[in-house]
Amino acid sequence: MSAEPMKSDLGLYDYLPWPNRPKIVWPGNKKIAVWIAPNIEFYEYNPPNNPTRTPWARPNPDVLQYSHRDYGNRAGWQRMMAAMDRAGFRGSVSLNVALCDHHPEIIKACADRGWEFFSHGIYNTRYVYNLDIEQEREIIRDAFDTVRKHTGQELAGWLSPALSNNFWTMDILSEAGIQYTCDMFHDDQPMPVKVKSGKLISMPYSLEMNDVIVYNTQKVTPRHYGEIIKRQFDQLYKEGDESSTVMCIPLHPYLVGQPHRIDAFAEAIEYIAGHEGVWQTTGREIAAAYHSTGAYDAMSAAIAAHNAGPHDVGKETR
Amino acid sequence: MSMPEDYLKYPERHYGMDHDRYDWSDLFQRAPIVWPNGARIALSIVTHVQHFPLDMPSKPFKAPGALSMPYPDFRYYTNRDYGNRVGIFRILKLFGEKGLKASFAINGIIASRYPALLEAVVQGGHEVVAHGLDMGKVHHSGLSEDDENAIIAEALSLLREASGQQVEGWLSPGRAQGFNTPDLLAKNRVTFGLDWANDDLPYEMRTKNGPLIAVPMAYETDDRVVADEYFQSEADWVQQVKDRFDVLYRESEHYGGRVMSLPIHSWVSGMPYRIEYLREVLDYILSREGVWNASAGEISAAFREIGQTA
Repeated sequence: MSAEPMKSDLGLYDYLPWPNRPKIVWPGNKKIAVWIAPNIEFYEYNPPNNPTRTPWARPNPDVLQYSHRDYGNRAGWQRMMAAMDRAGFRGSVSLNVALCDHHPEIIKACADRGWEFFSHGIYNTRYVYNLDIEQEREIIRDAFDTVRKHTGQELAGWLSPALSNNFWTMDILSEAGIQYTCDMFHDDQPMPVKVKSGKLISMPYSLEMNDVIVYNTQKVTPRHYGEIIKRQFDQLYKEGDESSTVMCIPLHPYLVGQPHRIDAFAEAIEYIAGHEGVWQTTGREIAAAYHSTGAYDAMSAAIAAHNAGPHDVGKETR
Repeated sequence: MSMPEDYLKYPERHYGMDHDRYDWSDLFQRAPIVWPNGARIALSIVTHVQHFPLDMPSKPFKAPGALSMPYPDFRYYTNRDYGNRVGIFRILKLFGEKGLKASFAINGIIASRYPALLEAVVQGGHEVVAHGLDMGKVHHSGLSEDDENAIIAEALSLLREASGQQVEGWLSPGRAQGFNTPDLLAKNRVTFGLDWANDDLPYEMRTKNGPLIAVPMAYETDDRVVADEYFQSEADWVQQVKDRFDVLYRESEHYGGRVMSLPIHSWVSGMPYRIEYLREVLDYILSREGVWNASAGEISAAFREIGQTA
């Protein structure tokens, strides 16, 4: 890594405690914005190495892990999409943009449904670690161009490939026109991100609702995944009376699209869709509403006031 | 700091897969398959039969289930061997009671170490699939073609001789392969493999030495994965296997036949406290109409036949 000393803080957002925040109300008086973000990914058979992270645990080709991921693009995506169709959810696709070249059939099926595409880098086996800033800008340009060429959409959102980041990443995303990042997990509401230009916001994505964390890290059962999705929803839905919230369900078709997992997931999202006051939406639409409802400006003012202190609530104790 | 220019170059970024082994294909868009006798589900039971050498190397990686205590690891060496002495016979007995035919993926070295085990599998009417030479001999791209070929040839020769079967199926230790593995398998008269976990139907892979059929074998409902990687209970394993079957069965009504695979290990499901859970799973699956229990080799052969007449 670089010779620069490590920092103790990301420095990308200011503290703003939950109580007494400006109230967010989503369009149509919806209490909660629920968005589903399928990670439609391509992992390479023989990727180059990056000194910070080796793509596969075993030497290339790691055929078990490679084929496991490939399952998502041969079989799993169709089950996932069918479940989302039934519950009336459009996807916001976290896309490894090279998939436009490899599997245009999948891209077309998503586009035909009015799904949003946001960028998840070129491949999930290429990281931004050790890139210089110009190289990382090149990846952002590639992503914008590829998604525009294949879908006609302008990228609004970004999830860094395999959540790899540099300190400048948010600045150059915002500079390129990205409106929301999914790389930060510090809140249940969108929040302003401190960048050099533009009005980038952090969009609540989720580690805990993410099937890859649930299945590959926490190793929970499919039915328990269905349970935690419902409980997460119940709580955020209830709290949405106070101020509207965001719930995201990030997915990976190679995991949630397995036969033994799809039904528990489908049942959970049908449960969500069965409630009044739920905004079934996309990342792009939430970002737009955050600005149009005045939430961005109100939160920015609240953060400035909090920074000016004194505070009655959420006083920092360290 | 920066990365070499090549890091932002993508020579395999084009339509389809980034290798030549097979073409992309959407499971739900294929011509529907009907298994023999109009069956909707081909039930493929694959029992792993494994030998973990006490001195197994840890480089370049260990196959799952490998010995993990300081040498000499009495603990796991003997625990794994339990499967070969006791567990497998419990499983064979259950299959016998139910009249089931299964594939047994057996490390080649087992044939010379435990001929009685091989005999019992063959006498039970089951299919022998080669599972590499032993669990310490993993396949990877660091092996020379000659060295890898020698391992494959030895494993096959031991099993072919001891079983009297042609032994045309292959499962690599740890489901690990190098770039050459499919070519070498086909060269050694292997016609189907179980390593790739990307489908619920067989499909044809290309090799330098003719086609190789990839027969599906589930990864995440494997008894060892659920027990030893996910640390989930037997009841959780049963539930997931049933749920998996239910969805495949439901799909088969509209989209054609599917393969329901049941990968188990003699040292996992062969344990006294687990065997009745295996029975529960089998009873559940066999209670449905239209389930064809077959060896992986028979499923591969049926797939080839259907492909030729389609």
